[in-house]
Amino acid sequence: MKGYMTIDNIPVEIHDERNILELIRKIGIELPTFCYYSELSIHGACRMCLVENEKGGLEAACSEPPRVGHKVWTNTARLRKYRKNILELLLSNHNRDCTVCNKSGECRLQDLALKFGIKNIRYLNTAYTPEPDESSASVSIDRSKCILCGDCIRVCNEIQNVGAIDFAFRGSQMKVATAFGVPMASSPCVGCGQCAAVCPTGAISVKNSLEAVWSDLLDKNTDVTVQIAPAVRVAIGKRMGFEEGQNALGLIVAALKRMGFVKVFDTTLGADMTVEEESKEFLKFVEKTHSLPLFTSCCPAWINYAEKRYPELMGNISTCKSPMQMFGALVKQYYKNNGKRHVHVAVMPCTAKKYEAVRPEFTCDGVPIVDHVLSTQELIRMIEQSGYQFNKLEPEAVDNPFGIVTGAGVIFGVSGGVTEAVLRTLTEDSSNATLLQTAMAGERGMEGLKELQVEYKGKTLSIAVVSGLGNVGRLLEDILSGKKVFDFVEVMACPGGCVCGAGQPYVPLSVKEIRGKGLYAIDKLMSYKRSSDNPLIEDIFSGILKGREHELLHVSYDSQEESTE
Amino acid sequence: MENVVNMDFLEEIVSYFKRSPSSIIAMLQEIQEKYRYLPKEIFPFLSKSTGLSEARIYSLATFYENFSLEPKGKNIIKVCDGTACHVRKSLPILERLKAKLKLEPGAVTTKDLAFTVEVVACLGACGLSPVITLNGKAYPAMTPDKATELLESLIEVKGE
Repeated sequence: MKGYMTIDNIPVEIHDERNILELIRKIGIELPTFCYYSELSIHGACRMCLVENEKGGLEAACSEPPRVGHKVWTNTARLRKYRKNILELLLSNHNRDCTVCNKSGECRLQDLALKFGIKNIRYLNTAYTPEPDESSASVSIDRSKCILCGDCIRVCNEIQNVGAIDFAFRGSQMKVATAFGVPMASSPCVGCGQCAAVCPTGAISVKNSLEAVWSDLLDKNTDVTVQIAPAVRVAIGKRMGFEEGQNALGLIVAALKRMGFVKVFDTTLGADMTVEEESKEFLKFVEKTHSLPLFTSCCPAWINYAEKRYPELMGNISTCKSPMQMFGALVKQYYKNNGKRHVHVAVMPCTAKKYEAVRPEFTCDGVPIVDHVLSTQELIRMIEQSGYQFNKLEPEAVDNPFGIVTGAGVIFGVSGGVTEAVLRTLTEDSSNATLLQTAMAGERGMEGLKELQVEYKGKTLSIAVVSGLGNVGRLLEDILSGKKVFDFVEVMACPGGCVCGAGQPYVPLSVKEIRGKGLYAIDKLMSYKRSSDNPLIEDIFSGILKGREHELLHVSYDSQEESTE
Repeated sequence: MENVVNMDFLEEIVSYFKRSPSSIIAMLQEIQEKYRYLPKEIFPFLSKSTGLSEARIYSLATFYENFSLEPKGKNIIKVCDGTACHVRKSLPILERLKAKLKLEPGAVTTKDLAFTVEVVACLGACGLSPVITLNGKAYPAMTPDKATELLESLIEVKGE
């Protein structure tokens, strides 16, 4: 549709905008919303985006399509009054303990109440404080802070196809709940944390391990080491005063060392080890006849999803541990006879990793392989708490003996990266031309499902790269019904891969793509592009891991099923 | 009381409605018709059949007053508390019924699952106000005493 409509007396050209709100934001007016996300269906519940039309009628800008010749105003006396009233009503039954809330400082309700100058709430305070649901290892749920915008429900249903939560009851009794109000841990929840990422208030927040980490870190009798996942380095910049997607690894390392971590490592080496093990497994796998593909195993939310939804597929998931766990196992071996208590921390873009770390499968000699998982947001908090001015630190390198990593490992953090890394190892040719060809095979990009065909030793391999559990569910149905046949499927639960993980600072999908590009830019600057070229790999496999590769780098998820039977 | 849900019956219901998620309310109504409530055990089956999440079905079941997740009594009494019935003193009738049936505060069904007393907004029979229904049959111009009589007649019939 072409033509113009008028917003605040400014003529605005209509292109393909879905609604007036998109048009309003396009011309630089930040109309407030609680329940609008471009990726989700339109709910129209919060009414903050109301605009006034020529006839004095009120329209929710999010749910009205742009019309040629239509005139709206976004900031009239009436609208101001209503917006303030909506905020007052939302706050009237809201838990107002802002200072001790997990989301304090990042809460949209707090932000808008401040911006609109809400000083006095005229309504009776009907806030109630039910016991928070802390059963999940990934997210905390505090209903006293819920504004019933439904964002969490829609992301859980529409994007992730998990459907763990929905509205229950109605009217003043209405709440967001699991079926029969069971605790989150017993629901179909996979811990992907996307609900926490979109929640505008502190109703759903990512579990916090900061105090536990500080307490170990400041204990004189404990050596604390840390690993940093690839996706973290490109997501921290914006909040710390850099460009989104800029590589901040050096500064993160410097900050962590100052805090007192004895060694700071890069999970990327774990990714290199994963590539090696997974490539070997895949080569064995393609030799055998198979009707179902080999699925990747790096994403813990995907593992949870498969366990809960498609237990029959568990046998087709790679037995490789995730890079975090492989690297953690390596570090724990290295520090085994150190004589001092050793604690290993992982900084991850992910909320499901918090659950992975406490799974009984991931222990070594009776202790957890990774003791604490921090999200990228917690890392930012930690740096803020320590008072370091991030951009005044001097960048430092990660520590030996695990300091050499490859570009293949770095790109694990973006959808398509695992596939590309495995392909690089399989091609056995590290010339630039081959690498370029591999990069062009179709695995890159932010699309939810990418399908590619690769020639390997006279065979054509069918590969699917899928991200976002909603896309995963649809693909699995096609695979199980025989409609689609693949040899290898890379699965990431969050749309776009780890760079878009729920542990990262929240940004819209378009910005997440910049983070992905940031990882590819780091890859470009790496001397080693293929995991198999990493000189440390040979050392590690013939040294510290010798004879124990299977025990330390692979996992079977059957143990839990057996114990429940 | 049937303790175990009859899977053949469930299968019959969902195939009649072609497993369509948009027919979920009709399916729930059929199931409630048979069991007089929605047993917890039907949720996983309905979720698998229709593709709706259990949380979504729970959402529907808790939204509509007519659905019950608790077993209902054999006799269902609905007391109208619409505007017309309310002003003609429907609440004393409700109080009497609750007292006679020894219903604890908040409970709607007697412990022996013989009676369920529900309050409804309007039965659409304002000319007969205050009105109650017993198992679908309307009793017009009720008073607390008439309600007691009605209950006693039922209990006597049962006792014989």
